[in-house]
Amino acid sequence: MSSVARPLSQEPLTSGEAVPPLIAPGHTYRSVTEKISDVILSGNIPVSWFLGFAISFMLVGMLGFAATVLLMIGTGIWGINIPIGWGFAIINFVWWIGIGHAGTLISAVLLLLNQLWRTSINRFAEAMTLFAVMCAGMFPLLHTGRPWLAAYWLFPYPSTMGVWPQFRSPLIWDVFAVSTYFTVSLLFWYVGLVPDLATMRDRAKSKVSQKIYGMFAMGWRGSALHWQRYEIAYLLLAGLSTPLVVSVHSIVSFDFAVSVIPGWHTTIFPPYFVAGAVYAGFAMVFTLALPLRVMFKLQDFFTFRLLDNMAKVMLATGLFVAYGYAMEAFMGLVYSANTYESFLMKNRMTGPYGWSYWTLILTNILIPQLLWFRRVRRSVGLLFLISMSINIGMWLERFVIVVTSLHRDFMPSSWGMYYPTKWDWMTFAGTIGFFLMMMILFVRVLPAISIAEVRHLLFEEKHHDKNGAEEAAA
Amino acid sequence: MSSSHTAEIKPSLYGLMAEFESPDELMIAANRAREAGYKKMDAYTPFPIEGLDEALGFHPSRLPLIVLIGGLAGVALGYGLQYFISVIDYPILVGGKPYHSWPAFIPVTYELMILMASFAAVVAMFALNGLPMPYHPVFNVERFNLASNDRFFLCIEAADPQFDQDGTRKFLEQCQPAAVSEVEP
Repeated sequence: MSSVARPLSQEPLTSGEAVPPLIAPGHTYRSVTEKISDVILSGNIPVSWFLGFAISFMLVGMLGFAATVLLMIGTGIWGINIPIGWGFAIINFVWWIGIGHAGTLISAVLLLLNQLWRTSINRFAEAMTLFAVMCAGMFPLLHTGRPWLAAYWLFPYPSTMGVWPQFRSPLIWDVFAVSTYFTVSLLFWYVGLVPDLATMRDRAKSKVSQKIYGMFAMGWRGSALHWQRYEIAYLLLAGLSTPLVVSVHSIVSFDFAVSVIPGWHTTIFPPYFVAGAVYAGFAMVFTLALPLRVMFKLQDFFTFRLLDNMAKVMLATGLFVAYGYAMEAFMGLVYSANTYESFLMKNRMTGPYGWSYWTLILTNILIPQLLWFRRVRRSVGLLFLISMSINIGMWLERFVIVVTSLHRDFMPSSWGMYYPTKWDWMTFAGTIGFFLMMMILFVRVLPAISIAEVRHLLFEEKHHDKNGAEEAAA
Repeated sequence: MSSSHTAEIKPSLYGLMAEFESPDELMIAANRAREAGYKKMDAYTPFPIEGLDEALGFHPSRLPLIVLIGGLAGVALGYGLQYFISVIDYPILVGGKPYHSWPAFIPVTYELMILMASFAAVVAMFALNGLPMPYHPVFNVERFNLASNDRFFLCIEAADPQFDQDGTRKFLEQCQPAAVSEVEP
């Protein structure tokens, strides 16, 4: 990094200019601490926060209603049928779990790669992971129709019926993958929070807040001996989360790939699902972080350099996904000698669901190519619009995979169409509301940016500058 | 406080704590304290500082070994669970696949390895650190709430064989701290 402390400006950088800092200049340890914790402690809540909470809370109410009706009547209220036995439930499950993956990528993989720019976004992205996995988890539970009867074939416990889960099924692997993923993400997130909870405890004014933050901070006192073990534990958790995140979406893709349905039975699924998951997750980070940045005036930490880097990762993973689509089309139309495979691909492009395939290509592949331009990567408005386009595109990807593969299989007499009902839409919108509500509550009660890590980053940048200055002097 | 009372309050003292404004000053003080022969001391900082553990003379942690054991236990548990269920307790023939179809057991074994290793990392980290600990003497220092903000503290404990209230205080004052305070137990 350059030693020149260049003030952060909004105009695009021309090559040869110094790299802008990760944190706006002029910050000290204290100002960082105060700026981030005051979002919560100052008690100044923007009107937009209440508005967001109200809307998302109403959507959660709708989710409760849709789920109640579902549990009372059964999955017949959804649009699923035979042949399309997997409808919105699995589409939304895969969409949500994919969104979660960016959190782990940012917090674990980028930590191992020593990418300092991840610091201001990782806490936020990890929280996103947790809430997205919660939303994802609702769908497999709800789609059983009678979740309280589903436990014995999902989890290995000695039931009175004397039966056990079937471990040769990818659906059981999925249960273990998703529950492990949630647990490890929660541990990782909590360990990262402990030093900041101590800061909140020490800075909170009211007795109640001090007690609550103090309880969760577990008496953290920043001892050097504790930091030593803490850093090892954190690094090991990152090392464990990295293969975990790859395994989770690979196993989700096995739900499809291990079957014999044309369009599902393909070895490209695991890598292309993982890349798609990271892609979707980065898009969701943008969708949430860009408004938050303005709402709580956190531009000093969500700098343009950060946005630029994230946009580049998003572009790269988007290209992996594009490769996956191209390879699927190549295998279906050119390479495979299997009639059903080539029919599937033609049907996907020109059949009754052709609109979904071409909208997918437009929103997920073509529009994001704008990210090649630096001007676009530094425009908050355009980044937001592109991230929304990818959110829609990634949802459509799962729609295309699930619905177009199932609706016309081997035997024309069993063909059918899939029409989601209002209950499908209400449940889906309800989980979006749940996700937003959790994020909105999270930014009110916990520091959305890791204070300890930003202090550390500040320390590293200062030392870099000093070393650079010494080198220049020598 | 006059020095004539020192002998009486000495047993009721946890240690002496110096406050520094920058991590570099703390680092110099920690190195000096180790060279001066102090063993029982600790530093308190708002973020981890590389090399501070060595400056204070701490040994490398056993944590990685515990995590390895946790991971191996997860492997044994995951594979054992599936073997017991699918081969011994509830063998069902599906599509002519063998009861002991080990490739199908890998994903769950893998997930449980990660799960147990992660639990081991977190539980062992807190346990070795002695957390949760609701009360600790260092919190009695009035300005200690800045240890989670922007100040850096070095505490030499009274339990150290070399500890001597006046001598240690003089030693700490030589390190140019912002303040030196007594830590009540």
